[in-house]
Amino acid sequence: MASRLAKRLGGLVIVMFIVAAIVFFLTRLAPGDPAALMLGDQATADDIARLRTTYGLDRPLFIQFGLWLAEVVKGNLGHSIFLQRPVTQALLERAEPTFFLALFALAFATLIGIPCGIASAVWRGRLVDQILSAIAMLSASIPSFWLGLLFIQFFAVRLGWLPVAGYGDPGAPLAERLAHLILPATVLGIVNSALIVRFTRASMLDVLGEDFIRTARAKGISERRVVLRHAFGNALVPIVTVVGLTGALLIGGAIVTETVFGLPGIGNLIVSSVLRRDYPVIQGALIVVAGIYVIINIAVDLIYALVDPRVRT
Amino acid sequence: MLGFGLFLRRLFRRRIVLIGALILLVLIVVALAAPWISPFDPNAVRVARRLRPPSAVNWFGTDEYGRDVLSRIIYGSRASLGIGASVVMMSVACGTLLGILAGYFRRLDGPIMRVIDAFMALPDILLAIFLVAVLGASATNVVLALAIVYTPRVARVVRASTLVVRELPFVEAARALGVSTWRIMSVHVLLNVTSPVLVQATFIFAYAVLAEAGLSFLGAGVPQEVPTWGTMIAASQSFSDQAIWLVVFPGLAIVLAALSLQLVGDGLRDMLDPKLRKSL
Repeated sequence: MASRLAKRLGGLVIVMFIVAAIVFFLTRLAPGDPAALMLGDQATADDIARLRTTYGLDRPLFIQFGLWLAEVVKGNLGHSIFLQRPVTQALLERAEPTFFLALFALAFATLIGIPCGIASAVWRGRLVDQILSAIAMLSASIPSFWLGLLFIQFFAVRLGWLPVAGYGDPGAPLAERLAHLILPATVLGIVNSALIVRFTRASMLDVLGEDFIRTARAKGISERRVVLRHAFGNALVPIVTVVGLTGALLIGGAIVTETVFGLPGIGNLIVSSVLRRDYPVIQGALIVVAGIYVIINIAVDLIYALVDPRVRT
Repeated sequence: MLGFGLFLRRLFRRRIVLIGALILLVLIVVALAAPWISPFDPNAVRVARRLRPPSAVNWFGTDEYGRDVLSRIIYGSRASLGIGASVVMMSVACGTLLGILAGYFRRLDGPIMRVIDAFMALPDILLAIFLVAVLGASATNVVLALAIVYTPRVARVVRASTLVVRELPFVEAARALGVSTWRIMSVHVLLNVTSPVLVQATFIFAYAVLAEAGLSFLGAGVPQEVPTWGTMIAASQSFSDQAIWLVVFPGLAIVLAALSLQLVGDGLRDMLDPKLRKSL
């Protein structure tokens, strides 16, 4: 277990180093002087020259990368001139809506995905299976922003059941803020449930064909217990993986959903930073998001080993 | 090799795959025949007829400039499907090359796969908006950005198949006969990785159509003057209170395209991957 963890952490460091290099060098491909971009239109030539020296932008590119990377390792993701604050602080301030959005969406996707996948596998080839599989494929073909716009029109504007957009007034109680997440989390959950349905179905089908299931049935154990305990228990490993993967995918999905619903989260911050070319924020956000993705992957891998003793070697 | 007739018969054994393929065919024909079948000029502004709901004249209604929504969707299919197809071609070409190199040459495997892992650690849409931000918003750059996003997926699949094919006796036999490495890679290995690539390509087409729409919606995609399904929704969202059809119809076009592609991809996968066939 320890050697597995060490190996995975070693892989993490390499992948994150390459992510940092991609992010850094691609940003430098952007047209225009980064110093001029950071300072905006009002900057004088003197200001730009001063900033270039301060940030080491007049030095060779590889040295700049080294200096930047050293700061990133220390947790300093740079400073956003536009937001007038360090990137880390800007990201932390926006973390709450994104975290709860991803969490609720994942819970929603899992709660509908797993039962649908089990039902699909149990009644394989029947009408239920065909309908559920068709719905799963449909949900993966719907653009989340479009579903979001339709939900806003229907549930918020026409019926008035839920808030249209935003995250409540600043300082609003948590319950009120969370009420703003119901629609976006539902949309994000629906769009991301397909993968869970498919994987649950496939791994349940694999297990349901095993000999020990036949034995359990032969012993007269109720079908309900066979499916939910014997089969589902053994199908859990791939399901855990896919739930983890979906969690990682949700980070990307949150970017679009937050924009549709005007949620002041990290996704929204990234989109506005892209539109105003606030590169320190974009770079910082990409590094953080990639880090979360890689860590989720490792966590899934370790849970895998905990759930299934066969993988533990 | 399968005969084409047998290929189609197997592919369409499931009715739903046939339906998907027919929808896809209709969408492609519509895109190609746009100038002949479109009822109006997609850019003709008629202010007197602005924001009209669907009617016998304008089946899908009119937008804020009085332009016919159906005609714009028909022309939009050219851009949306064209971008999707270009993304597929670029990512398949680059991904196959990288995948075969990584799978065939052990020394290249580590470096190539680590870079691919790094690209895959960034969520698709996030990497795409970052690339478009760096490259500049235009249809060409959207294609380039999405091709970079999806190349790693193809490369992973191709590498996995190459690793298997490389060890097969016929490759060893070819090597023993003195066939050059280049020829083994470009003929023997390439032919044997086509099936998984074909499946992957269909799914990437679907994802690319969805991603293009998402990018346009975020304002980091194709410029709004170009009618694509995504830019149509993005441009009309502020009118969605009074003219919901402006959002509904282009969105349905995206859903139909993505759904039909995924149905066909699913059918291809079931047919070409014998391991999966038993779970059907």
